[in-house]
Amino acid sequence: MTLLQSTEPALTAPALQFSRVVKIFRRARVLDGVDLMIAAGERVALIGSNGAGKTTLIRCLLGEYVHAGQILVHGLSPRQHRAAVLTRIGFVPQLPPPLKMSVGQLVRFAAALCDAVPEDIYAVAGRLGLDAASLAARPFTQLSGGMKQKLLIAIALGRRADLLILDEPAANLDPEARKTFFELLSERLGQTAMLISSHRLDEVSALVGRVVEMDMGRIVLDDVVADAVALNSIVDCRVRIKRAEAAFAAALSAWNFSGDASQLNWTGEVSGADRLRFLGVIARYTALIDDFSLTERKT
Amino acid sequence: MKSLWLSARLDALTSLRARWFQIYTLIFGGIVALFFLFGLTESRILGFIGLSRLLVTYIQLTLAIMPVFVLITTVRSVAGEREVGIYEYLLALPVSLSGWYWGKTLGRYVVIFAPVFLAMLGAVGWATLQGIEVPWRIFGYYTALLAVMAACFLGIGMLISALARNTDMAQGIAFMVWLGFLLFLDLILLGVMIQGKIAPETAVLIALANPLQVFRTAALSLFDPQLIVLGPSAYIILDAFSAAGYRVFALLYPLALGLVSALGGYLIFRRGDLP
Repeated sequence: MTLLQSTEPALTAPALQFSRVVKIFRRARVLDGVDLMIAAGERVALIGSNGAGKTTLIRCLLGEYVHAGQILVHGLSPRQHRAAVLTRIGFVPQLPPPLKMSVGQLVRFAAALCDAVPEDIYAVAGRLGLDAASLAARPFTQLSGGMKQKLLIAIALGRRADLLILDEPAANLDPEARKTFFELLSERLGQTAMLISSHRLDEVSALVGRVVEMDMGRIVLDDVVADAVALNSIVDCRVRIKRAEAAFAAALSAWNFSGDASQLNWTGEVSGADRLRFLGVIARYTALIDDFSLTERKT
Repeated sequence: MKSLWLSARLDALTSLRARWFQIYTLIFGGIVALFFLFGLTESRILGFIGLSRLLVTYIQLTLAIMPVFVLITTVRSVAGEREVGIYEYLLALPVSLSGWYWGKTLGRYVVIFAPVFLAMLGAVGWATLQGIEVPWRIFGYYTALLAVMAACFLGIGMLISALARNTDMAQGIAFMVWLGFLLFLDLILLGVMIQGKIAPETAVLIALANPLQVFRTAALSLFDPQLIVLGPSAYIILDAFSAAGYRVFALLYPLALGLVSALGGYLIFRRGDLP
């Protein structure tokens, strides 16, 4: 990943516009005059440390917080035109809320409000490896963290939305589900603007074409990101280690890698968008690595 | 309207899963079952026997239990949902704020009124099967009284939920409100009247502003139309309203109080930060 010229198509029509947005909680100025424009189809990473103002910015964008300044989504205020604006926004929160309703009730509620079809949401969940239809009667709170995240992603992606707001969306997903998630996002390239919030750029760099960093309620960096590996690409990986190690085997098994009889040679595939995360895992075993290669599969 | 019905349905279905609802249903169903079990319909009070006796006792107990239960469970769940991020997620869906708020109020109303009413209806059904005469006039008025009482305290609960920013504060306010109503039933009013600090008319006026007292007096008025048990206060009440007029007032005033409170809650809710 390098900070280079953007490879995004030329996108000009603003999907999203923040003008001098200020949010004050008691005396704390949490958003301090934010100006930002995101074009239709553009993918933007919103990064920053805890307390930088990312969540507050997202809540203002969703029309949940009152604020000074102006936010327009496709020319409409999210506060004054809630239904019209939010119909076009798919949102995945960082932490799944403890919803007491059943999976089926949640899907039906969301689908009815968004003029979507529950089957489409179940289909996306199925692609992520979650058979949500068979869990329809189970309370949402009784799902595992990963299952909840998959369902919320399915609700956001299983309907027509031309703006996705994703807050650490892949944090609770297993590698296989992350791969599918990146495929699902790649299917929307060019049509859907995305604002992906994260603490760290390396978590989301492969997903975006631009990075906006916030600190103390201000935008301190706004730059383009060009990644040589496509969002939906697959990278073949081979690893040879010096000696068999149970912890290493467990770590690679979680990525669906398979080892030979000696447990020294491991092969597998990684989603192109996920390779930085994978390299982070491999880096923990640097002293053990004898040989290592990543090769992008030609399509 | 779609937002309203969807929100109402969702809130009602969610409440059905909640433990508070199971306890609430068990209490009111249990009360009626115990009344029959211990032969309350056979005992006599102020000339009342049979199902009238049971209904009189039932409404007295409901007056004691329902307000605090409705207040605490409403503020706990509504303020609690906001606190744990449920509002953040569900209000990111294209639901109108009016549909969400009033749908939630409607769904919750059905859930809190249904067990109380169904328990009373069950008593009537059982009495009919046993050949006990059903006092339809009392049953009808008590049903209306319970419906209005549920609306009144739900409205106040929704207002408190909109005002308080967290569950602890909401619970604290709800408890204080209930305690205030409770103290102004008798204790404080009697005390200040005895000390001669306020005129009896003022004390009665304060009592009439207290929905708990209004319900209590209205429930009494069916079997004690002259309100003899209230003592001299009855003269002021009956002079101002007449017995029938008071029973109408006892339905309209708490209903208006509940609706105005809920409306106030809505205006606060839509004006400020949602989660």
